[in-house]
Amino acid sequence: MELVVSIRKKLRDFVLEAEFEVHDEVLALLGASGCGKSMTLKCIAGIERPDEGRILLNGRTLFDSEKGIDQSPQLRKVGYLFQNYALFPNMTIADNILFVAKGTRQEKERKMRENLARFGLSGLEHAYPSELSGGQQQRAAFARILSSEAELLLLDEPFSALDSYLRWQLELELMEVLKSYEGTALLVSHDRNEVYRLANRVAVMNHGGIEAIDGKERLFRNPGTLAATLLTGCKNVSSAHWEGEGVLFADEWEIPLHVGKEIFDEKSGVRYVGLRAHFLEYREEAGENTFPMEVVQVIEDTFSYLVMVRRKGTQAKPIRWELDKKEWQSICNGEIHLHFPAVHLILLER
Amino acid sequence: MLEWAPLVVTLKTAVAATVFTFFLGIGLAYAVVRMHRGKGLADAVITLPMVLPPTVVGFFLLLAFGKRSAIGRFLLQFDVTLVFTWKAAVIAAVVVSLPLMYRTARGAFEQLDRNIIYAARTLGVSEWRIFWHILLPNARHGILAGLVLSFTRALGEFGATIMFAGNIPGVTQTMSTAIYAAVQANDYDLAFQWALLLVLFSLVFVVAMNVWSGRLARAN
Repeated sequence: MELVVSIRKKLRDFVLEAEFEVHDEVLALLGASGCGKSMTLKCIAGIERPDEGRILLNGRTLFDSEKGIDQSPQLRKVGYLFQNYALFPNMTIADNILFVAKGTRQEKERKMRENLARFGLSGLEHAYPSELSGGQQQRAAFARILSSEAELLLLDEPFSALDSYLRWQLELELMEVLKSYEGTALLVSHDRNEVYRLANRVAVMNHGGIEAIDGKERLFRNPGTLAATLLTGCKNVSSAHWEGEGVLFADEWEIPLHVGKEIFDEKSGVRYVGLRAHFLEYREEAGENTFPMEVVQVIEDTFSYLVMVRRKGTQAKPIRWELDKKEWQSICNGEIHLHFPAVHLILLER
Repeated sequence: MLEWAPLVVTLKTAVAATVFTFFLGIGLAYAVVRMHRGKGLADAVITLPMVLPPTVVGFFLLLAFGKRSAIGRFLLQFDVTLVFTWKAAVIAAVVVSLPLMYRTARGAFEQLDRNIIYAARTLGVSEWRIFWHILLPNARHGILAGLVLSFTRALGEFGATIMFAGNIPGVTQTMSTAIYAAVQANDYDLAFQWALLLVLFSLVFVVAMNVWSGRLARAN
């Protein structure tokens, strides 16, 4: 199963330029709302038309502006899970599936029963979509897509309309679907945790362009660009400049960081430095990359403390530090030194 | 004793006109919804008879289908004349009631969540099946309302009818043109009877529509 996308479409505020390939995997498009990620899905499904470029699915040309090919959505065999599920309101759940399934009457019935059972919807065959909960509607929408001939699964913010408990349950179900699904899937989301859990690879989208695309572990460790760093959830970012060989000065934090000469040689154009909030380490005394800090603000989160700190004696931009409740309670009254581990620093050239 | 011909002509005209208006209105609504360019212009042209004085509509119909027009001459070759015939009354009623059917059907089509149509397309459902099995059933409230509105409009049509079809008793004289003739002849009793009958008819249809759509809403 492979999908090749290379499209360009002029939108009101920016130009969408999406170029990527998906091979037997789940690729996530991670981006803020309005960055063009949903539009990319719509172009693949044939709901929107790109200005130019091409889209290939398993060797079939779905769209090719040069050859003048623009297949109708009906022929593309692309399953699109809409945010609001888009079940047909005038049909029962069973009819929703029978209406789109292909084959003889018996085959359609079999597909319907199998897929409803698979999603725990047996017994709800005769219910109308409006009689189902949000979670059941989503399951029904999945069952409907899997009963059709879809070769590719497009998931448009699949959990955004659900509360957190249901979200988690459905996420587990989706993991099962994706595991057993022989097709390739493309997930659109602005939730980095969801993306990390569900996808194999991640493409970060910003203003219509793909900023970075990589395996999720690599991408989250080294996002490559400022926008990608922020989108992957890194809260601490400062502009930075080299202050000598191997010493990077974080301007907004007013902190010099020793990162080593090899990195200086390799990345001489570093402009920003980032560090995820939970990688900061508590120390009792100063040392390399370890500085005395003062607390600006303490915020209690559900299971952790978010402590805003800055280098002692400065008016620098506060840095977010996230730590266990117990750990914070045992150290909050003393002098605080924080260690900035060089291996976890994210160095960005753009 | 009331001469019943105007009632018969009125009902015949309104029913015949509504049949055309129903299919034409839904077809035009569907076509305009799917248009990409010229949507505004097409909408304006179809809606125009609703906002123009009916006499203007009638006048243009007279010009368009008269013996001196291209259409009129063409029809004459087949020995068909329309002006001052019952067919003209039907055409006048269709043109005037069409915007009501078209607009309510279009509103009903546009109210349906676009994602439902998109989902059907991506799931391989043909445009034809989408129209019959998804679009129409989900727009039934609006279509029913449009049907009743255009029928009652056709029932009471006056201006375009009298211009284009005339006021020939037993042929093109409807209840509303009969009222006009009665008042001119100073027969206020007759005018009042036709007027009352028209009010009653229209009231019954609109109330029936409200009851039915209320029942449908509760059933959903």
